[in-house]
Amino acid sequence: MASLITCPHCGVRPKEEFTIRGDASLVRPAPTASDEAWHDYVYVRANPRGRTLEHWQHVAGCRRFLVVERDTFTHEVHSVTDGAAFATENGR
Amino acid sequence: MTAYRLTAGGLVDRSRSLSFSFDGRPLRGFAGDTLASALLANDQLLVGRSFKYHRPRGIVSASASEPNALVTIGSGARSDPNTKATVAELYAGLTARSQNRWPSLGFDIGAMSDLFSPFLGAGFYYKTFMWPAQFWEKLYEPLIRRAAGLGRAVLERDPEIYEKSWAHCDLLVVGGGPTGLMAALTAARAGLRVILADEDFRLGGSLLSETQAINGAPAYVFADRVVAELQALPNVTLLPRTTVFGWYDDNVFGAVERVQKHAAEPLAKLPAERVWRIVARRALLATGAEERPLVFGGNDRPGVMMAGALRTYANRYGVAAGRSVAIFTNGSAGYQAARDLHAKGIAIAAIVDSRAAAEDAAPEGTRVIRSASVVDTRGRRRVSGLVVERSGFEELVACDAVGMSGGWSPVIHLACQRGAKPVWSDQLSAFVAPDVGGGLRIAGSAGGIYTLAGCISDGAAKASAITSDLGFKPAQDVLPQTGEEADPSFTALWYVPGAKAKAFVDFQNDVHAKDLGLALREGFGHVEHAKRYTTSGMATDQGKLSNINAVGILAGMRGVSPADVGVTTFRPFYTPVSFGALAGTARDKHAQPVRKSPLHEWARKHGATFVEAGQWYRSAWFPRAGEKTWRESVDREVLNVRANVGICDVSTLGKIELFGPDAAEFLNRLYCNALLKLPVGKARYGLMLREDGFVYDDGTASRLAEEHFLVTTTTAMAGGVMSHMEYCSQVLWPELKVRFCSVSDQWAQIAIAGPKARGVLQQLVEDDISDAAFPFLAAGTVTLKGGLKARLFRISFSGELAFELAVPAGFGVAVADQLMDVGRAFDICAYGVEALNVLRLEKGLPTHAEFDGRVTPDDAGLGRMVSAHKTDFIGKHLSSRYGLTAADRMQLVGLKSVDREKDIRAGAHLLREGMKPSSLNDQGWVSSACFSPVLGHHIALAFLKSGRERYGERIVVWDKLRDQEVIAEVCDPVFVDPENARMKA
Repeated sequence: MASLITCPHCGVRPKEEFTIRGDASLVRPAPTASDEAWHDYVYVRANPRGRTLEHWQHVAGCRRFLVVERDTFTHEVHSVTDGAAFATENGR
Repeated sequence: MTAYRLTAGGLVDRSRSLSFSFDGRPLRGFAGDTLASALLANDQLLVGRSFKYHRPRGIVSASASEPNALVTIGSGARSDPNTKATVAELYAGLTARSQNRWPSLGFDIGAMSDLFSPFLGAGFYYKTFMWPAQFWEKLYEPLIRRAAGLGRAVLERDPEIYEKSWAHCDLLVVGGGPTGLMAALTAARAGLRVILADEDFRLGGSLLSETQAINGAPAYVFADRVVAELQALPNVTLLPRTTVFGWYDDNVFGAVERVQKHAAEPLAKLPAERVWRIVARRALLATGAEERPLVFGGNDRPGVMMAGALRTYANRYGVAAGRSVAIFTNGSAGYQAARDLHAKGIAIAAIVDSRAAAEDAAPEGTRVIRSASVVDTRGRRRVSGLVVERSGFEELVACDAVGMSGGWSPVIHLACQRGAKPVWSDQLSAFVAPDVGGGLRIAGSAGGIYTLAGCISDGAAKASAITSDLGFKPAQDVLPQTGEEADPSFTALWYVPGAKAKAFVDFQNDVHAKDLGLALREGFGHVEHAKRYTTSGMATDQGKLSNINAVGILAGMRGVSPADVGVTTFRPFYTPVSFGALAGTARDKHAQPVRKSPLHEWARKHGATFVEAGQWYRSAWFPRAGEKTWRESVDREVLNVRANVGICDVSTLGKIELFGPDAAEFLNRLYCNALLKLPVGKARYGLMLREDGFVYDDGTASRLAEEHFLVTTTTAMAGGVMSHMEYCSQVLWPELKVRFCSVSDQWAQIAIAGPKARGVLQQLVEDDISDAAFPFLAAGTVTLKGGLKARLFRISFSGELAFELAVPAGFGVAVADQLMDVGRAFDICAYGVEALNVLRLEKGLPTHAEFDGRVTPDDAGLGRMVSAHKTDFIGKHLSSRYGLTAADRMQLVGLKSVDREKDIRAGAHLLREGMKPSSLNDQGWVSSACFSPVLGHHIALAFLKSGRERYGERIVVWDKLRDQEVIAEVCDPVFVDPENARMKA
């Protein structure tokens, strides 16, 4: 896990200022979607070795949800994006 | 008297004599001594008993790798167990105690275990103490723990303070020896922000023990000059007494600075230790190399030390470990030690060299025994001779100290803490650091360069490269000049054959060579298995001296290269770090801060008993004179609210204020019930689900204006709900135009409940609050007499006519005082959260005792709240899934104790009468319970299978914790005023 996260709003901050919510690649299904789709969304999580997208909330800073793209193996952080911007860009 | 202080020399300040004590014996040393050098100067060679066999053990090293000389320093609450005497700085009044001995260091009963050592081989307790099983916990383990061990932690509260700090730099240099000093100087002169950290109290590292001249002056003078120059530079931070213990992601290093562990009189304003988190753009590992012990018979006899340590004690501290010293070596370092000791007038009994031939120069007149091995030692509590074997012939060499030198291992721990494995070098016969990228470079002896000149030039070169790399211009300095040096090579010798006594590999854990053989024979030959099986390389020193020999021995026995055996995993911490330092200031109330309501002082004034609820201190009840138990107070408060009126502090509820054209739509999607068409000036009970369909939190939502809402959360979930709302608005529905913030701390909120509530409140409020003007669930802004704007909500958590009045936090106490004043005529009382709980229980209102994460709205009797018309809300889809709508789910019911003497407590389970308690027969559980002063008996809320169909049934409340069974009658959860007539009055 990274020691430092570069928040797009607050700059380089220690990881203790953030809380991790989990997988940011999930897309909330439509209310009419199948039970399977909802089951997968709520309960099924991948545990990837390598690149992963996660929601980190900067609770001790701007309180924004950020999408942190990092490598679970090398711990390298590839990008940090504002969660709303990420969601909008990805057409949600 | 064998070990002694030399008459002259060393870097100690002979004008400053310091008194200290060891095991109660008063001794003296000098400023600049370590505890170990001072003990040696006093001929106190024996410092401890070994872990398992209780063998007498002496000082081995002069460094942080020390396995034996672990002592407890200080007394009472200030005791520090397992402190290495070799790095503990001497101060006036220091008290040190030896460990793991009883009754005394000289005579230790545990030493008998050495006689039984054939039965105490590796893994002995796995095999020996198997049967009978119950003996393990009660007999064997306590016995073993008492017999085998290190120092004891004290139970008193630590009176020291600690702190943590961040630091940022261009270059962190770890290690202040020749390499580190040159690197720091080179980078600092070029203008980099440099931090130089070294574990020693004096910077200089090996230069302080060196007899070589640099630029024509003694090496320590060179070190002092460099340190003085660095100290004068504003871009340099020197951190002596600081151990860099860990390397973490993003080139962040952890270090612990012993700020005043060495102070005779610590200052109250300074911490004992400080943990640094150092963010370094680049770092240079200049940690040097560790001399290896030799594994020969009887090598743990006190007086057998590292050859380099003998050098350090003589050159730096002016202390001789013996009058006649034998050297056992496989390389040039042993000869260097012999030359230095000889120059100090210490006799060299012999140099035993495992090699057949060597270029190394022995001091004049010294006997060198080549192709020879030491197979045993003589002496009891200190060595008196070596048994030297050569070509099948044995010879006794008399001596009173032994210097062993088995070659060098680069200190590469930090470089290997992030997953990269060390790399075996045949050329160096050592594991060297892997390439870990540009962030951390290795220099000097840590990189296998063992000459002084080599270290100096490598430190400068690596620092120059980093300087250019970071875009600075390196200064073109002339390197300091050093003299001729011997070839520092050695011939690896993992195990000295022919041992006639235990040949120890790991002194601290009493692991000898045969233990490793046993591990291999029993299938634990993998380096990680062997470590666990034999305990080699465990405990406080983590095998700093022993690991490499253990690997070499395993490799030899397996017939492979050490490269194939590999090493165990390196992890932080490099050396042990105290819990106090790691906790820093985050302890007691700094770790769990106190949150006080804005009405705290008002409650205190009225004699409240407070209860901790998370970080909050909430007023639990308000005892009055003559009330002997809390129940008397709570019963009175409840009855008074039902008969007259009471006020209660509800400021701890979470309050979130929302604005925006989509605020209504946003809330409509958050709550399972409909909020879109909530009229302005109205409040509504709201239920939030999780996406999995279970209840998350409840509260009220009030519409203060078309695009302005205020929602409340429960006290416990205030933070969680805020974060949940942020997630929903930022991630799920960023298109909704809504902004919100927590206003929990901005408002003091007071519940006024009871049939006389309106009467009291009307005295304070300008506006008309009659039922017609301000009906049940009205919400809005009112003006208090005197002009203060307040928010008023007609909501009830008691079933009585009730209001919640919110005023800006700073006015809370004044308004509460006013209410009490005008309420006197109405027989008002203050009530606490206990009475609040009884009131809501009597009314059958659920809280988080009921909403425990397994409960659906329908389970709690709130199924009708879930909107069937809304297209979407959090939890909509999965709340209707199979399993969450089954008819036999546990449903909220009331329970009345049939036996009036017996109470019911939350957590008890429900059984049909006559059924045995088992999970199969389990019918449900009690979620909350209390004595109802209104009804005069115990009541409870419970979840019962198909509960709503079972009103009137008798059920057993089975309370295994108290071994009690109570018969209760199942009933509707609303015990008081089911018609809501009082609430709507």
